Amino acid sequence: MAAGRKGRGRPRAVPRPEVPARPGRLEDEDMPAPDDALLLKMLHSMKLTRALEYRIERKLYRQGKIVGGVYVGRGQEAISVGAAVHIRRGEGEDRDDIVSPSHRDMAVFLMQGVPPERILAQYMGRSTGLTRGRDGNMHMGDLRHRLVAFISHLGDSIPVAAGCALTFVMRGTDQVSFCFFGEGATSRGDWHEGLNFAAVRRLPVVFICNNNQYAYSTHVSRQMRVERVSDRAAGYGIPGETADGNDLLAVYDRVGRAVRRARRGDGPSLLEFVTFRMTGHSAHDDAGYVPKAEFEEWGRKDPIERLQSALLRRGLVDKPALAGMEARIEADLDEAVAWAERQPYPEPEECLDGVYHEGGPGAGDGPQGESTAWR
Amino acid sequence: MSAVLKKGRKRPAAPVRVPDLAARLAPPPAAPMKNPGLSRARLLELHAFMRLNRMLEDKLSALYRQGKIVGGLYSSLGQESISVGTAYALLPDDLLAPMIRNIGSLLVRGVPPLTLFLQFLARHDAPTGGKDGTLHFDDLERSIIGPISVLGTLIPVMTGASLAARMRGETRVALTYIGDGGTSTGYFHEGLNLAAVLNLPLILIVENNGYAYSTPTTMQYAVESLAVKGPAYGVASESVDGTDVLAVYDATRRAAERGRRGEGPTLLECRAFRRRGHAEHDDMRYVPRELIAAWEKRDPLDRFEAFLVEEGHATRASLRAVAEGFEPVLEDASQKALASPFPPPEEALRDVYYEAT
Amino acid sequence: MALTTYVEAIRQGIWEEMERDKRVFILGEDVGVYGGAFKVTEGMLAKFGEDRVIDTPISESAIVGAAIGAALLGMRPIAEMQFIDFISCAFDQITNFAAKNRYRWGAGVPMVIRGPSGGGVHGGPYHSQNPEMYFVHTPGLKVVAPATAYDAKGLIKAAIRDEDPVIYLEHKYLYRRIKEELPKEDYVVPIGVAAVRREGRDLAILTYGAMLYQALEAAEVLAKEEGVETEVVDLRSLLPLDKDAILNAAKKTGKVLVVHEDTRTGGIAGEIAAIINEEVFEYLDGPVLRVTAPDTPVPYSPPLEEFFLPNKEKILKAARQLAAY
Repeated sequence: MAAGRKGRGRPRAVPRPEVPARPGRLEDEDMPAPDDALLLKMLHSMKLTRALEYRIERKLYRQGKIVGGVYVGRGQEAISVGAAVHIRRGEGEDRDDIVSPSHRDMAVFLMQGVPPERILAQYMGRSTGLTRGRDGNMHMGDLRHRLVAFISHLGDSIPVAAGCALTFVMRGTDQVSFCFFGEGATSRGDWHEGLNFAAVRRLPVVFICNNNQYAYSTHVSRQMRVERVSDRAAGYGIPGETADGNDLLAVYDRVGRAVRRARRGDGPSLLEFVTFRMTGHSAHDDAGYVPKAEFEEWGRKDPIERLQSALLRRGLVDKPALAGMEARIEADLDEAVAWAERQPYPEPEECLDGVYHEGGPGAGDGPQGESTAWR
Repeated sequence: MSAVLKKGRKRPAAPVRVPDLAARLAPPPAAPMKNPGLSRARLLELHAFMRLNRMLEDKLSALYRQGKIVGGLYSSLGQESISVGTAYALLPDDLLAPMIRNIGSLLVRGVPPLTLFLQFLARHDAPTGGKDGTLHFDDLERSIIGPISVLGTLIPVMTGASLAARMRGETRVALTYIGDGGTSTGYFHEGLNLAAVLNLPLILIVENNGYAYSTPTTMQYAVESLAVKGPAYGVASESVDGTDVLAVYDATRRAAERGRRGEGPTLLECRAFRRRGHAEHDDMRYVPRELIAAWEKRDPLDRFEAFLVEEGHATRASLRAVAEGFEPVLEDASQKALASPFPPPEEALRDVYYEAT
Repeated sequence: MALTTYVEAIRQGIWEEMERDKRVFILGEDVGVYGGAFKVTEGMLAKFGEDRVIDTPISESAIVGAAIGAALLGMRPIAEMQFIDFISCAFDQITNFAAKNRYRWGAGVPMVIRGPSGGGVHGGPYHSQNPEMYFVHTPGLKVVAPATAYDAKGLIKAAIRDEDPVIYLEHKYLYRRIKEELPKEDYVVPIGVAAVRREGRDLAILTYGAMLYQALEAAEVLAKEEGVETEVVDLRSLLPLDKDAILNAAKKTGKVLVVHEDTRTGGIAGEIAAIINEEVFEYLDGPVLRVTAPDTPVPYSPPLEEFFLPNKEKILKAARQLAAY
């Protein structure tokens, strides 16, 4: 886990100043670099994500084995990984952070503990996918893994993430709400309302914008007039920063600072990571509207390549170790795919289940009789 | 995930209720008023519209107390300089969309007082025929688009109107208003962002009057001045003293020129104070009394009249005469409206859809 | 004995739930310092503090969205829409996020969205709407509309305790106009159960909200002047509907009149008529009739609004027509 405490016991009280603070700057934080073990872990996560998404988009989809659409985050893995590594997990309901990922954040699911085979089953519409076949592709969630499922209406998750943070404040914990979205989603009214709400109430949210420069076929210059998404932050009175989204260490650093700020009670931050969408909007989109030269230019900045080269130069890994890592990943994925393909589809009548809580008020299995997520 | 709240853990939430509210919302120091190059005649016209605005609303208020107004009544006391100063800087065919506290802008456009009385009295001869009240009416001949109750919706609408004007090769600019509270709505965001990206000549007057119903601005957003939102959308922005009609006029004029030059939208924050409740029924007991008193000293009409007298453009007597001149006009209009018939009941079914005539 | 108004009953219900369950909290515009535009939350800020009575910016989407987020983490938010007409600003969050969460990934959203609906107060098109059917049409939601002070309190408690998102529609016309004596002990009115307000064998009127009182007045006239005995059923819940109550009324009387203040096309009367038609057609002695508002926005001027709203006279006309079959 990242540098930082792993304290057990009571959450710290979060003192807050009387008057709303000035936005502050993220440079004020003291953020150590990741250690070697963590670097290797993050590299592995990126490679696993790349490999899994490749399987889904370039293999299974083309073989007709995927139900519905496919949305991958190829080339953007550093953002999901560099951020997700800061999510506090495995410490219980009073300590764990919560995360609202978007459709380019498969790495977040993997790092929160969702195994690849469940994701594959999800994409294949099987009954053992995370939504039991109720919804497809990345619209999945699981509160036990602290994942809030987003919906197709991009931007809607922002107020929801703010509401989770509101709950942390009400309970007096130092938990943080992570919220991922693309640059396109920032045009939506819900995005605005969510950010303003988080800002005025100084909620512990880390807003992470994956600016991969295209929202379907809409280039970012047609999405907004500002140069940078982070320029919007000053309009809410919160710090905003832009960094290279293909530089894992930059992502790790910025998100880490924003998380510290939030945990301390100083409120939300808006982080923008500039990257490039190396695929179409979805598997069916050939992205013919993107000049080929842009793909080439960004291909040379591949985040996995960059990290790998850096670690090779430092002697943290060698080529055989990488090859071994890749081979294991592929072998694991072979098994995962095989498992997923064996999974049953849901029974037709299951269509009618789960619209409402069953059993009346207080009949759930949670500690106060409320219903909880599926087992 | 449903942590049970543990007893004894007490931690204050983000204290958005600021202890020194009165200090935070107090009027900034006033700069002396400066004439941006208006002739005496035009200065006096500006004054006349403000005075008419004030007196018309006083009349509406009196009618409300007599139980004659149908529905709610929303005052712009202390903010007439914004309604009048902004509208006065436009050309007659520039697109104008008032909000609920902008009667003054309609008067500048030439909407007769009678129209407003008819609207508030729900009469058949009102522009909406009694279908809707207050300022919720259009007057396309005068390039006016009216609001609905959902705050912020005028912004995308005026963005679209402005786009249409441009498509037709017109040089009209579009101007609309939003309150400090309305800037929190998603409509504000989507509308302004679209206007920015399309580089349209939209002038957005952000009328910061300190309160949205009972919510002070300190609880509405976390910035000091709403002008910082301009660069956050990539548009020009300014903040002016809303109680200074000449400053408001001048800034609006600049914004209109900017738009006509093809340089896109302007967000213009005009700071003032809501000196009456959210609506007539609201006694605004949540507002510190000293704040109201402080802003009373910044009454825009008092300031402007002092300026006019000091600069030799008018005398106290001539200014009084203006007010006296409006008395019979307003009395006549209100009486006409009161005598005017209500709509026949079946009118309720008309004009849901286009009806060929 | 003390009589409690409808608005006070709602306030009591919320207050008691806030005391009983620390997870319950309120968010909305002007709900704290101001006590709510209609004073439903008066006194709650002082009693429960800023943490649990939150004055928000003007952001219906964020109000509902934040409520969803909090509910996912086990809180029990009550989101207020200052006038229910503004619920449209949060349509997406309600119908696409809250309503579908449990179905899609098993995470329930126990929240209440409440606000004043209905006309008769010269509110015009944006302060008088009855938006229930947008939400009755959305599986995953529940929709209730109490007509009595007793039900107002019992249903707000049920809504707060429910595991699923509930739209709670208060009728603003009833706020201070009706009152009754309420029990001191805790009680809940179950969602999905209608109530028979008056018994009769000749004709049944199914209704809800403010129209209940118009229907009761009409029933009184019918009894006195024509000797026609009317069964008046207060639906109370629109989603789920109390199907048994609807079918029983049809079977008992053979003649059903549905009355709602909502506009005609797509109003729940159509749904009820379809249910009766499908299930107890043989029992009918006449068609299912409906008295509703016409298909227009709610107009503002009094004669227009009067034309628009259903009332005792319009109900009597339809009832007599039906009784004559």
